[in-house]
Amino acid sequence: MSQTEEAAGRGANRPAGGAGGPAPVPVDGSGGSARRPFWTSRRRDQLTGYVFIAPQLFGSAVFVLLPLALVVWYSLHEWNVLAGTFDYVGAENYRALAEDPTLPSVLRATALFSVGLVLCNLSLALLLAVLLNQRLRGTVVFRTLFFSPVVVSLVAWTIVWGFLLQDNGGINGLLDTIGVDGPNWLRGEATAMVSVVVVQVFKNVGLNMVLFLAALQGVPAELYEAAEVDGASRARQFWRITVPLISPTILLTSIITVVGSLQVFAQIAVLTQGGPGTSTTVLVYYLYQQAFQFHHFGYGATLSVLLFVIVLALTVLQWQMRRRWVFHES
Amino acid sequence: MSRRLSRRARLTLYGVLLVLCVPFVFPTWWMVTSSLKPVSDIFAFPPKLVPTSVSLDAYQRVFEVQPFERQYLNSLYIALVVTAGTLAVSALAGYAFARIRFRGQNLLFLVVLVGLLIPSEVTIVPLFQMFLKLDLVDTHWPLILVPILGAPSVLATFIMRQFFISLPNELEEAARVDGLGRFATFYRIALPLARPALGAVAIFTFLHSWNLYLEPIVYLSTPEKFTLPQALTQFVDAYGGPMWNVQLAAASLTAIPVLLVFVIAQKQFVEGLAHTGLKG
Repeated sequence: MSQTEEAAGRGANRPAGGAGGPAPVPVDGSGGSARRPFWTSRRRDQLTGYVFIAPQLFGSAVFVLLPLALVVWYSLHEWNVLAGTFDYVGAENYRALAEDPTLPSVLRATALFSVGLVLCNLSLALLLAVLLNQRLRGTVVFRTLFFSPVVVSLVAWTIVWGFLLQDNGGINGLLDTIGVDGPNWLRGEATAMVSVVVVQVFKNVGLNMVLFLAALQGVPAELYEAAEVDGASRARQFWRITVPLISPTILLTSIITVVGSLQVFAQIAVLTQGGPGTSTTVLVYYLYQQAFQFHHFGYGATLSVLLFVIVLALTVLQWQMRRRWVFHES
Repeated sequence: MSRRLSRRARLTLYGVLLVLCVPFVFPTWWMVTSSLKPVSDIFAFPPKLVPTSVSLDAYQRVFEVQPFERQYLNSLYIALVVTAGTLAVSALAGYAFARIRFRGQNLLFLVVLVGLLIPSEVTIVPLFQMFLKLDLVDTHWPLILVPILGAPSVLATFIMRQFFISLPNELEEAARVDGLGRFATFYRIALPLARPALGAVAIFTFLHSWNLYLEPIVYLSTPEKFTLPQALTQFVDAYGGPMWNVQLAAASLTAIPVLLVFVIAQKQFVEGLAHTGLKG
């Protein structure tokens, strides 16, 4: 066995990444021969890279890409769990989707919820961030209070609001003391939708507020000083300086919030069960009902594909908008 | 915007902030105080903002109606395992994508990033069927494996990669000159520097797992295996109506410990998120 081969053999036996002790670099430096060993430090480094990403790559393949392919495959089948049949039906489920009399109402509820949530959430988050960005003692206390619902368990938060929104609950009780006869919030179509939006806004607005606050702190103070000298009003400064400069954050938060709004489930399940009627049955809740309550797995898969297409389209749309109106990207 | 405010402007601002606080703070206050009221006072009119008499009955009932301590333990251990697993998976992958050159790197990164585009609700039907085939339905495995390896960990990997990319090259070169191998460089040099990013990932992974609702109700059917969010909705009387005081007591037990941790470590929560979590 020549010296070089021996060195190569040692190199190959070394654990990937060379965790054990100092490794001479390059490993074949002592070999006098012109033949380079197979396990050069570059090759070993590459191998380490593959080993490092292996768990994530495996997970993505098994728990993301495979299910994504399967969901499309399932959507082309009629699946009867009770009878144990699984038959290829082509586009039948998609035809059913187009003709589903409930679907327009579901899409309407989904859109109403998303638009309502995004508008309320982003404007309230920006308002809170601007207020907290003033030179004022105790803003950290307020920041903590506004953020606190984020860490309260979602279902616990929803249950309390459900309790508050009962016909004889805390909110109507308080309204009564000032002589206002409150509605039965969760039983009226419009008020039920307003309720689920409001519950969700107060739960998570703290996240966006914190992101806005970080962005606001990055806006150079000189810009405001210069604007002040030029006699620009506060409102004008806000629209002409603040908003353009934090537009990348507005885009980021709006993407996160839109995608998050399409995933709303627990609030609906706990507060309204999609009712009254189907007025708060959003897409994910409908998907859950079809697949896991009525065991229409084929149709459930079709609704999943629809959800995926909507999320994808909205994300692409928002990235496109970035080019149009986001101020600068560094 | 650091302009000095007049005294009047300051007072107005405090007033506005206090009013805005109400919908954020009042529900938690109402949850805890109502859970301490005797049943007869729960829907009293006018509402009692401060309980006049305190009763711990509801807290006792929480543990009688359901195996609540078991469910608490389930949620806690699942969230801890998921957090530890996600940190390991995402730190390794994030580091490799940021700092090691290997063939197919960009393509593989794109493949992984697909997970960011897919809400977990999209894949719940096929994942349920997969776990059904593996005979793992009504076990905790789906609640552990999918978050650690699947779409939720992709965001963590992305965050870690963004962080590791920002590290200066010189640090690693110095480590190499000192004879450290790749793993040692990662473990002893890069990882300790990544503490803020790891902290942010840990907090949000824990909260994500702790809050999971759709997955538990899809996979689990035995009350002893339930997680907290699922258990909270099961406090109903014989007619299916909620036992409000018991439910609120259970909700308080779920929310208060996390809130306390948050109040103690609020700086890490808030700033970790803002500065390392989602920037870039």
